[in-house]
Amino acid sequence: MAHDLDPVFKALADPTRRRLLDRLHADNGQTLGALCAQLDMTRQAVTKHLAVLEGAHLVVPLRRGREKLHYLNPEPIEAIAERWIGKYERRRVQALRDLKKAIEEEHHG
Amino acid sequence: MDKPAYVYVTYIKAPADKVWQALTDGEVTRKYWFHHRNASDWKVGSAWRHEEYDDPSIVDIVGKVVENDRPNRLVVSWASPKEALDPAKYSRVTYDIVEDRGVTRLTVTHDQLEAGSSMERGITSGWPMVLANLKTYLETGEALPPMKEREEGKWKNVRFG
Repeated sequence: MAHDLDPVFKALADPTRRRLLDRLHADNGQTLGALCAQLDMTRQAVTKHLAVLEGAHLVVPLRRGREKLHYLNPEPIEAIAERWIGKYERRRVQALRDLKKAIEEEHHG
Repeated sequence: MDKPAYVYVTYIKAPADKVWQALTDGEVTRKYWFHHRNASDWKVGSAWRHEEYDDPSIVDIVGKVVENDRPNRLVVSWASPKEALDPAKYSRVTYDIVEDRGVTRLTVTHDQLEAGSSMERGITSGWPMVLANLKTYLETGEALPPMKEREEGKWKNVRFG
C-alpha cells in the first residue's frame, strides 16, 4: 500500500495544525479539552483541525477509560523521510545537524 | 498508571495473521528488524528475547509474554538485559492488530517507560525504522534497501534501545 502523502501535506500546510502537532510532541496523549486550553481556541475549531490531522494519520485517538487521548503518530513523517532521504542519509543528516548545533552553541554560548 | 508515552499506527496491506507472524517468527523478524530474532514460545508468562540472528548470545531486549490473543493482541514486557534484574526498568509493549478487508491496522503502544531514559530515546528512533520496514517487507516481500543490505551482512551495528 503505497503511502498517499497528499492528505499529510494538506494537513501540515496549516500553521494551527502544526501548532497542535507541536503541543502533542511536547506532551503526547492529550484530551481535546487540554489542547483547547493551550491553544486558546474553541472546541469546534480544534475538533475540526484534529479531524484533518486524524484523516492524514498524523494524529491517532486512543481511548483510555472515559478519556480520549490524542497521540502524535510518527508514521506519515517516517514515510516522508523514507521517500526523500533514506536511511543512511538520514543518519548523516542527523550527524550534520548535531555538528551545526554544537558549533552554533560554541559561538553563541 | 501513566498514559502511554509512545504510539505508532501503521496500515499494512496484509492479513492480520501475517502481521502476527512477522512480529513473532524469528525467520521473519530477521528480514526487517535489524537482522534480529524475536524468540519465545509466546505463551503467557514465558520469556521472550530480541537477539542477534547469527549469534543468539547477543541479546538486546528481554521480557515476558503478558498477553497473547493471536492474531489480535500481543503484550510483552520489555527491558535491556543490563537492567533485567530491576523490575522498575521494565516497560511494556502492546501490539494491537485489526484487519479490515485485507488491510491491517497495527498499533504499537509502548508505555511504562522511564521518562528521559536511554530506552525511551532508543525506542523513539527505533520503532519508526522497524515498523516502516515491517510494512514494506510484508507488502513487497523485501525490506527497505538499507535493511536488505543489513540482512545480507553488508553492514552491522544497528541496535535497538
